[in-house]
Amino acid sequence: MGIVGTNVPRVDGPAKVRGTARYVDDITFPGMLHGRTIRTTIPCGRITDLRFESDPAGFTVVDWRDIPGENCITHITDDQPCLVRSEVRHVAEPVLLLAHEDREALLGARVHIAYERGQPLLDPLRSTRFHKEVLIEQGDLARGFRAADLVVEGEYRTGHQEHAYIEPNGVIAVPEPNGGVTVYGSLQCPYFVHHALTRLLGLPDGLVRVVQTEVGGAFGGKEDYPSVIAGHAALLALKAKRPVKLVYDRAEDMWATTKRHPSIVRHRTGVTKRGKLVAMEIEVILDGGAYVTLSPVVLSRSCLHAAGAYRCPHVHVEGRAVFTNTPPNGAFRGFGAPQTQFAIEAHMDRVAEALGMDPARLRLLNALRPGDTTATGQTIGADCSALAVLREAVRRSGWRRKRAAWRGTNKGIGLALFRHGAGFTGSGEERLASRCSLATSERGVRILVASTEMGQGAHTTLAQIVADSLGIPFEQVEVAVPDTAEVPNSGPTVASRTCMVVGRILERCAHEMREGLGGLAPAEHFRLHGPLVVTKQYEPPPGVAWDEEHYRGDAYPTFAWGCDVAEVEYDPDTYEVKPTKLTLVQEFGRPINPVLALGQIEGGTAQAVGWALTEHVVMRDGGMANAQLTDYTIPTTLDTPRLATVMLENPYAHGPFGAKGVGELPFNGPAPAIVNALRHLGIDVREIPALPERVMEAARGRA
Amino acid sequence: MAARKPAAPGPVAFTLNGGAVEMDAHPMARLLDVLREDLRLTGTKEGCGEGECGACTVLLDGDPVCSCLVPLAQVRGREVVTIEGLGGDHPLQRAFVEEGGAQCGACTPGMILAAVALPKHATLAEVRTGLAGNLCRCTGYEAIYRAIEKANKPSAVRRQPPGGSVEPKE
Repeated sequence: MGIVGTNVPRVDGPAKVRGTARYVDDITFPGMLHGRTIRTTIPCGRITDLRFESDPAGFTVVDWRDIPGENCITHITDDQPCLVRSEVRHVAEPVLLLAHEDREALLGARVHIAYERGQPLLDPLRSTRFHKEVLIEQGDLARGFRAADLVVEGEYRTGHQEHAYIEPNGVIAVPEPNGGVTVYGSLQCPYFVHHALTRLLGLPDGLVRVVQTEVGGAFGGKEDYPSVIAGHAALLALKAKRPVKLVYDRAEDMWATTKRHPSIVRHRTGVTKRGKLVAMEIEVILDGGAYVTLSPVVLSRSCLHAAGAYRCPHVHVEGRAVFTNTPPNGAFRGFGAPQTQFAIEAHMDRVAEALGMDPARLRLLNALRPGDTTATGQTIGADCSALAVLREAVRRSGWRRKRAAWRGTNKGIGLALFRHGAGFTGSGEERLASRCSLATSERGVRILVASTEMGQGAHTTLAQIVADSLGIPFEQVEVAVPDTAEVPNSGPTVASRTCMVVGRILERCAHEMREGLGGLAPAEHFRLHGPLVVTKQYEPPPGVAWDEEHYRGDAYPTFAWGCDVAEVEYDPDTYEVKPTKLTLVQEFGRPINPVLALGQIEGGTAQAVGWALTEHVVMRDGGMANAQLTDYTIPTTLDTPRLATVMLENPYAHGPFGAKGVGELPFNGPAPAIVNALRHLGIDVREIPALPERVMEAARGRA
Repeated sequence: MAARKPAAPGPVAFTLNGGAVEMDAHPMARLLDVLREDLRLTGTKEGCGEGECGACTVLLDGDPVCSCLVPLAQVRGREVVTIEGLGGDHPLQRAFVEEGGAQCGACTPGMILAAVALPKHATLAEVRTGLAGNLCRCTGYEAIYRAIEKANKPSAVRRQPPGGSVEPKE
């Protein structure tokens, strides 16, 4: 009897419920200083004067001239400086770093900055500077529209979203006697930070060490940003020659760090009168903010999911991620796919309305089936469950009955069908060439990966995969703390890839180790022969090919599938929308640990409910004006609907024990399902968050 | 209700996790900082510093409060319980692990203490209202409800099939 598929309690659970888990702010070092970041307050211009005006005694002060290596934050491009030299591109851009042992003194420090203001570019539609453009073409769009009986057009918008992990960004940098530096921090991707630090500090790989501390939530918000804050703390620590802790308070975290990209997506769709999609023309615009960061890959995933879970012979997707003078937007659960699937799913209900057809039926007619091709020419395999999740969601939610019975009431029901590509886009996994190791130990075996536990349960599921692949008890498997001095680079902990991609590599390590053990238990082998270490590198599944230049081929090795049904209550006096229940039917191969998988589905759904209804980032003069949890409102117990979840299984041949990725899939469905429930009520909402004032506008045409 | 005597100067004496402590700190110091920095009880977390998220929840005479909003002077002579005071094997602590009520763990100490303060055999509506001041960004709260239900009925061992479905209980 194996452990895969069972609800083994999470390995990090006991320390978390006892309060003994050590997050970065729980850690101190002897002689440690506290750090502070001085930031710009204008969106565009030039610094003309910068003066530290307090008594300098006890302060360490760092500006761009203190950077020993290159003044850049290494992401995809090198356009983002670690510290502003003179050109200001956004509000909250870091200029000066301070450290002091007394936090009161630090907060009291006075810094004078004078600016020459420039004219900021804040409207993404007026931006002509593109971080990235994408074009996907399939078939002949003009021919498609000629075959259409009906053409439906529409524009759909989504706003910024703040990650609102409960633990803000934070790191501690410790200078080492060898001239190097060790950074302990709340981060998703130790090797991203490692790489960024070596370039910033001009240090060889061996003199930079990055160690993950317990992470109190991340959701993409600790994918790219830790390279910034780690760089800052390291610069201070190297100059002060003392450890420096840099932990943001909530307001700074919300004001200065990355958000979900706002989007504008336009659809023009040709459909026959019987409901067959024949032409889809889609324009995707993402607001990337002032630096490139991860926008090219976010846009890529956006465009690759823009046609939704549907087959259509003639598709044209054109996308751009544009520059604006706002803090750069970055990774956030779903990574661009939620924005475009919000648009297609809201649009599909308008197509259904134009045809006078039930929205579920329109989706049944057009949902991808095995053997169909996507807009990139990827052939969908037997691991496709679009129809299965749709049928189950319709059946389970009582769709037909409620859809009919609630007409004319203040209750509405809507659905959304969606997918999510697991793993890095295109040939990303081949470029990453992730490596994982397994080593025998006194306890049994030790998993050595850079993949981080941030609440999602990665370390527990990876240990389950290894236990069963080796045929040993779960208790004999331990997971090393992600520490770049000890673990190989198994890639970043992003893109719903850890279980499927890293888990698969570990499964291969385990199979090889099993042969090397010669029938001995791992701990016994360790006692007799010393450590046995097996390291394996990523190998792409057979037959997967991607043409990056033309956006043709297999965009993802596989997709996970979902259908959500949202039930809402509408208050015609206050225009408030209360989601009462969501039915979530999702297929992601096979759950390695159902309780943990359920946690991903329920948690991702709740975040998306916030994105749909309440989470409103108010931007004023290029900066977040409501950077506090008092008026940026994430869902509480009372705002979160009841969630009924169904996990369908359709094992994926190249995932460990049939698993695909589940981390991001759940985010794609709730927002369009809720907006479609509003459409059922006769309220035409095309922009989220659907705040009461927007609903009021949209409800004017309601019968 | 009798008026409380004005705070006397000098150390603030109170009961912490069942033991007597005396703190010679500024009377307006945040209880959160006194716990985390002076007493090194780092199980209590800071999430927002303005009483919105509930991560810093502790029990004050049995009631959940945000320790970021409580000045030290206010706990004089009173009883404070932090997550460290639950002992580690409280039924709620076990149930939060087993049911997935804890993911990233940052809200967990505060959430568990808020759950400790719920009325016995609370209805779901009472649970939702009682926890409305504690934000969780990971779970969507359903697993927390399941954990509380399980802790209240330790005998009921629920086996969840792999895959399968989970319907919310009313």
